[in-house]
Amino acid sequence: MKLAAALGSRWRGRVAVIGVPYVWLLLFFLLPFLIVMKISVSEMETVNFKDLISFKDGVLQLSLRWNNYLFITQDDLYFKTYVSSLKYAGVTTLLCLFIGYPFAYFMARARATVQPALMMLVMLPFWTSFLLRVYAWKGLLSEHGWAFDLITGLGLDRLLSALGLIPAPGQLMNTPFSLVLGMSYTYLPFMVLPLYATLAKMDLRLLEAAADLGATAWVAFWKITVPLSKAGIVAGSMLVFIPCVGEFVIPELLGGPQTLMIGRVMWDEFFSNNDWPMASAVAVVMVLLIIVPLALFNKYQAEAQEAPR
Amino acid sequence: MNAPLPQPAAGSPAFLQIRQVVKDFGGYKAVNDVSIDIARGEIFALLGSSGCGKTTLLRMLAGFETPTSGQIILNGQDLAGLAPYERPLNMMFQSYALFPHLTVWDNIAFGLRRDGLPKDQIATQVEAMLKLVQLGKFARRKPHQLSGGQQQRVALARSLAKKPQLLLLDEPLGALDKKLREETQIELVNIIENVGVTCVMVTHDQEEAMTMASRIAVMSEGRFLQVGAPSEIYETPATRFVADFIGNVNLMEGHLTVDEPDHVVITCADCSHYVGHGITGTEGMEVTVALRPEKIRLGSDQREGEHNQVRGTVKDMSYFGSHTVYHLALASGAVLKVSESNTERHSDKPLTWGDTAWAHWSPTAQVVLTA
Repeated sequence: MKLAAALGSRWRGRVAVIGVPYVWLLLFFLLPFLIVMKISVSEMETVNFKDLISFKDGVLQLSLRWNNYLFITQDDLYFKTYVSSLKYAGVTTLLCLFIGYPFAYFMARARATVQPALMMLVMLPFWTSFLLRVYAWKGLLSEHGWAFDLITGLGLDRLLSALGLIPAPGQLMNTPFSLVLGMSYTYLPFMVLPLYATLAKMDLRLLEAAADLGATAWVAFWKITVPLSKAGIVAGSMLVFIPCVGEFVIPELLGGPQTLMIGRVMWDEFFSNNDWPMASAVAVVMVLLIIVPLALFNKYQAEAQEAPR
Repeated sequence: MNAPLPQPAAGSPAFLQIRQVVKDFGGYKAVNDVSIDIARGEIFALLGSSGCGKTTLLRMLAGFETPTSGQIILNGQDLAGLAPYERPLNMMFQSYALFPHLTVWDNIAFGLRRDGLPKDQIATQVEAMLKLVQLGKFARRKPHQLSGGQQQRVALARSLAKKPQLLLLDEPLGALDKKLREETQIELVNIIENVGVTCVMVTHDQEEAMTMASRIAVMSEGRFLQVGAPSEIYETPATRFVADFIGNVNLMEGHLTVDEPDHVVITCADCSHYVGHGITGTEGMEVTVALRPEKIRLGSDQREGEHNQVRGTVKDMSYFGSHTVYHLALASGAVLKVSESNTERHSDKPLTWGDTAWAHWSPTAQVVLTA
């Protein structure tokens, strides 16, 4: 009996520890998501949603409206917006990776006494409100802002214009350029931190072993350092890519009419058109668009880990 | 083991020459004026406790450290100015440094790929290496799926794959447990001798150095104290430090009382030593007598003559199975360690704590140390 009681209490302890986060996710993630899904297939009756299941004249009726989803596939505005959201998020992720990787690399290889200070510098922007920092870019990039003067002064705006990132030289605000700049700036720390974590714990003797076997520093970097930091690259990329796809504030403040982002479309559907079912459908498709490839990727990763037994 | 020492051809310079090498780490000389010639095919061990400079010397051979001064010449080529990846030598790292994201096959192929060899040639060489270390079945595994002994063999195969002129081993068996270490020592030497590669190893384990190496350099504070075959180092240590460092030894201070060309007598606090050979010294000079525990016999009675025996009381005894080590307390309070091999399962009159016994030894048992 005592043993059973002891086991029972231990079991309860485990359930509590594992259960709390699950209950949290269930209540604040899965449940709202189900509500959003429900709204996306509901019909509006002036201000209320029609019940999905109704009991009328002794008949149980299930009324699901798939029109919204159908509409998403038919109106190419949605398709274009999804594609351009993925595109901007992807470009931002790559940019963060290219800026963040060398940064994290040298941070991890810096003297141990300097590392906490460098780490502090990465975290420093978080001390100021995110909104303020994005607003600040508005000032910097608009005509006669510092960044504007610097870029036009160096003639970089002509290059950006040639690349199609801004419509014409001399116009930096409300362009794909300002949008990607703002998103990269905001999300860079989320790339640097996981990269730093993986690079800092790497065994440096592996690089000596590579050098001993005939690899130059450059080859050793690509053959040893990069593959071994894959976990950090994946984690950092996800932390940047996922929020960027659905980003609303930065496109609203820094993006222009050219820069279609799904977050803004959702906002319009919710608050301008007041079409909640449509907005919900857009949201559901966006979540699926992100989750399905990630789930496949994770599955592939898990299989690759187990394969050579 | 301990194959006959390969002799360099008369007149030709040695295969590996280390010339007055110094490594200064900001005022601290980790390696202090070391010179040695190593012959082709030799297994040379650098033996010393941690911080003696042996690893620094090995890393200078590999190119990870640059000598402050001095020269390293391998097969006629000065290695100065060659980056690690340009040197015709390979190293087996302490705890192996296998690439965790690559399979055994790819680990071994890593160096060959850097040379840009054709694919089929790489495959042939990797297969040959796998066969050499008997890991053919494990080619597709990752290092973390192997046991310590298997990882050690992968590391060896990887460092031999490029057919280096010189193989460096950094504590090659340090990560293995005792039983496996003993088996692996012999296996490792067999493989190295089969391949015929010249080898410099670093170890703090004297047993490892003695079983594997053809010559040993005992290092302390950045210098070579003595270089020689294992038996030389053990039986004729040059200094107190070496005698004390290698194996167990009784060190007794005394002074020279009789100095003849064919024998000397040294008087110590508890006994006097008759040594059956002459030494360079003068009567009255202070010397140290080194006497290995296994060269002393125990008996219940005093022997004839006055030299080479001493009476003591058993203060401690440690049974090791194959032999027993007795600690005899002598009159002066000094302790004499005596190792008796247990040739019988039960002796009729076993010595035990508190017993009095006479220890005696032959005139060839001692080493007289003047340094």
